Amino acid sequence: MNITVKYFGQIAEVTSKEEESLEFTGTLISDLLDDLYSKYGLLKTKDFQVAQNQELVSIETKLTGNEIALLPPFAGG
Amino acid sequence: MSRYNRHIILSEIGQAGQNKLFNAKVLVIGAGGLGCPVLQYLTAAGVGTIGIVDFDIVEISNLQRQVLFGTSSLGKNKAKAAKQRLKDLNENISIFAYPEKLTHKNAIDLFKQYDIIVDGTDNFESRYLINDACILTNKPLVFGAIYKFEGQVSVFNYKNGPSYRCLFLNAPKEGTVPNCSEIGVLGVLPGIIGSMQANEVLKIILGIGKVLTGKLLCYNALTLQNTVLQIKRNDAIIESVVNDASSFNEKLSDFNCELEYLEISIKDNIIEENIQFIDVRESHEQPKVNGLNVSLIPLSNLENNLDKISDSKKKALFCQSGIRSLHAVKLLHINNIDNCFSIKEGATDIIEHIKELQNISSNES
Repeated sequence: MNITVKYFGQIAEVTSKEEESLEFTGTLISDLLDDLYSKYGLLKTKDFQVAQNQELVSIETKLTGNEIALLPPFAGG
Repeated sequence: MSRYNRHIILSEIGQAGQNKLFNAKVLVIGAGGLGCPVLQYLTAAGVGTIGIVDFDIVEISNLQRQVLFGTSSLGKNKAKAAKQRLKDLNENISIFAYPEKLTHKNAIDLFKQYDIIVDGTDNFESRYLINDACILTNKPLVFGAIYKFEGQVSVFNYKNGPSYRCLFLNAPKEGTVPNCSEIGVLGVLPGIIGSMQANEVLKIILGIGKVLTGKLLCYNALTLQNTVLQIKRNDAIIESVVNDASSFNEKLSDFNCELEYLEISIKDNIIEENIQFIDVRESHEQPKVNGLNVSLIPLSNLENNLDKISDSKKKALFCQSGIRSLHAVKLLHINNIDNCFSIKEGATDIIEHIKELQNISSNES
């Protein structure tokens, strides 16, 4: 299945891109994260939440959408 | 009133809406990059009661984005300096400046006096404190946060909507997410995000449009991409905050614990040590401290003079009363310069102490 993964803030700095298109064969969102962790070593050190088709979800959710977003918290003001 | 004519002629607002604005009470926490535009637009709009909480002082590096301040505000408390500017913008409203740090001790009583709380702070500790206090006092929270070229906006705790903890349960580990002073920020970005926050405040008061509740707006200033993500309320998380209410007041803020070891007294025998003394007052301020090896580096220009600060020596900073020097120590800490202390006493007391020491030594000889 082809999905688009979007990255925000510090996460985009770790991946050096704001989005990418990936071929995914797993079941859960956590499976996708495992793929991303092995691709981007520093990702594991970052805090973020995951949205599937623009909706915040737990990483144990089944991956059914075509768009996943990795959203870190921002402190600045 | 002709001041509000452009509001009143809008059929969606009218005189009735303008009256709602006048009767509203909004508390803005943090008069920085986000707080400044929020305060400016709420004041101009005629929100009748506005509170400003900020313990910090205006520094030269703030002026790139904190649009309420000018060079005449340097060294002044932000809440007070903002109030002074806003009074000139609109003298018909009540503005209260709280030149103090928001803590678990004062938050609840303060929030109870207002209808809407705006988060314009720059650290997670304050953001979670504000979120939890909003849950406990049942106040809507207009949230904004920025990172370099990106911003996040949402309205939490509004009509049984989600809270910030429903989005990010706990604060990330300290030091893992940098703030603006550590990593930089595009000056106009907090202007955009703060204006969006002001817009949400006005919509809530006026009861028009769709309030940004249950959603997080992510804005990217470089690509102009807006992404709206849906957030669900998590009842269990909110309930646990409510159940923890009794211990809320007892929680200590880390900042207050830190203060104690950032401050020293001139009487702690520091003069004998191998110390770099730094006078952070502006060059015209009197009296000058003689008899010690003092570097003159005004707080307003401190960040441009980091090279004048010794790497190896202990640093003791002072000013007129020990307030600015404490801010200076924090500023150096942010710039990764450690082993700095603020002398609690002001310049006059320090001079007095030096004289006493000289008297003692001349008596001995």
